[in-house]
Parts: sequence; C-alpha cells; structure tokens
Amino acid sequence: MKDLSYHILDIVQNSLHAGARNIGIDISESTVNGMLCLKISDDGCGMTPLMTRRVSDPFFTTSVKKKVGLGLPLLKQNAEQTGGTFTIESVEHRGTLVSATFNLRHIDMIPVGDIASTFKILIAANPDENFIYTHTSDRHGFELNTAETRDGLGGISVNTHEVLEFIVEFINNNLKEL
Amino acid sequence: MNKIKNLADLRELKEKLQSKTKLREKSEYPEQLVQIKVAMATCCIASGSRETMNYIVDELDKRNIDAVVTQTGCMGYCYAEPTVEVIIPGKESIVFGYVDVKKADEIIEKYVKGGMLVEGIIPMNYKKIDEQ
Repeated sequence: MKDLSYHILDIVQNSLHAGARNIGIDISESTVNGMLCLKISDDGCGMTPLMTRRVSDPFFTTSVKKKVGLGLPLLKQNAEQTGGTFTIESVEHRGTLVSATFNLRHIDMIPVGDIASTFKILIAANPDENFIYTHTSDRHGFELNTAETRDGLGGISVNTHEVLEFIVEFINNNLKEL
Repeated sequence: MNKIKNLADLRELKEKLQSKTKLREKSEYPEQLVQIKVAMATCCIASGSRETMNYIVDELDKRNIDAVVTQTGCMGYCYAEPTVEVIIPGKESIVFGYVDVKKADEIIEKYVKGGMLVEGIIPMNYKKIDEQ
C-alpha cells in the first residue's frame, strides 16, 4: 500500500465484511510529538481471541479463493517500520478495533495520501452504513458523520454525485487547515 | 471541531438538489439498473481499483447513465486486478480484468451504453456447449 488512505479503504472493507453498521475512522496527528495515530473501530461480528491473534499473520485468511490475507499485515508492517505500533482488539458479536501508530519523522513513514477519495468511494458504495471520520491535529480538527449528513439531506441519498463532491471538498478544505 | 452538519452549505446543497429534476430514485427499481461491481480487496486496491471506481462514479454521472456502483471482495483473479463485474439487466454478468481508467472508459462507452462486448473478459461464467 502506497499510503495511509489506501490502508483505510482496505481495513474498512474488513469491517463491512463483518456486517458493521457503524464504522469509526479516527486519525489524530501531532507534529509536536511527531506521532500519528489511526484507529478504525466497528460494530461488526467481531472475532474469537484465537482468530484475533492470527489475523496479523499474512498466511491467515477467511477467504476460500486465496491463501493469503495481507490487509492487516501490510498495515502492521508500515506502522512498525516507522517504530510505531499495531494492535487489534476484538470482542465477538460486539466489534473490532484496529489501532496503529506511526512515527511521522521516520524516513520510512508513508504519506497520508488522498483521504477524500477513499471516503468518496466508501460512501458511494455503502450509502446506508454510517461512517464517522474524525481527524485532529495540534491546530485543527473536524468530523464527518454520514448519519448526520443523511439526516441533513432529508430524502436525498448520500451517494448522489453532488453530495459526494461536496464531501470531498469538505474533507480537502479541512485537511488544508490541519 | 468542524462538523459537516453545522454547515449551512449542506442545507443549501439539499435545496439545490431538490429543485433539480435530475434526482433519480435509484432504490425503486434496482433490478432494472445496470450494476457495476468493483472488486475492492487488498490486491485490488494495491493495483489501483480506487482510481478505477472513482473514474466510473464520476463518468456515469457526467454521461447521465443510471447505474448502481458497488464494491465486492476479491473474486480470486488477483493477477488481473483491478477487476470489474458488470451486470446489465437481462444479460449474464460479465467480469472484466485489468480495468484501468482507459479500459473503464471503453467498458462504459461500448458495453454499458452500446451493448457491445469489449476485450478483457475473464471467462468466469464459462459454460461448455452441452451445459447451456
């Protein structure tokens, strides 16, 4: 994965596959500490303790079509190669929380990438799921809650093209202020 | 904390959209619409499926084509990512491989609009003549 935005798109697919209705994506970065913390939480079906231990093994997968499962291992690798950490916690029938921290000053730190594109795609394909995206830095913070956006729009679907463009603009404008 | 719902812009957008007759009720007859499923697993994302899907979403709107665009998991054709499945009502579903932006344009223009097959089909629904 070239950057963080692709990782987010990838990990959120796991949540969607687990039947999650509410998915939280939380990024907090601090240039003072030089740390970036990414948390992806969901209310999907969760995993057993044994499975939770095994998911960061690249040769573990639930897929029957292939023999590898690289999404989480790649995120783990990209976090740990900057001296960061990777943890996954899961409770069966409750949900899962994936957290990764990155050392922003490390030479192997991957770029954050085009987050707005990731959310555009996620919302376009999953208009009925609730995404709560929060992003904070030392100076600024913002939140995008698709459940609230849906309420604000009345009967108009959040994956209408104009709404998607509006969301992309909202994210990009706020990212500039971070 | 900046919130999207606090923005008066959202209301403005809502009013703007409501006044447009363009608003389509997608949910009423989903089975009559063209369905485009973009594979979006780790292998697909690494091969550029996000860019492909982004392009498809934008172009369908630009060209005024009513279609439902969704994501699927890995179909097992990791060598041919990004893969896109197109289901035209009344026809069998077709999976295309190596769908970059250029190929996506060809699929929309020729197959979705014109019903003409284009190169790059993965024969997943392949049936022998005696099975048909």
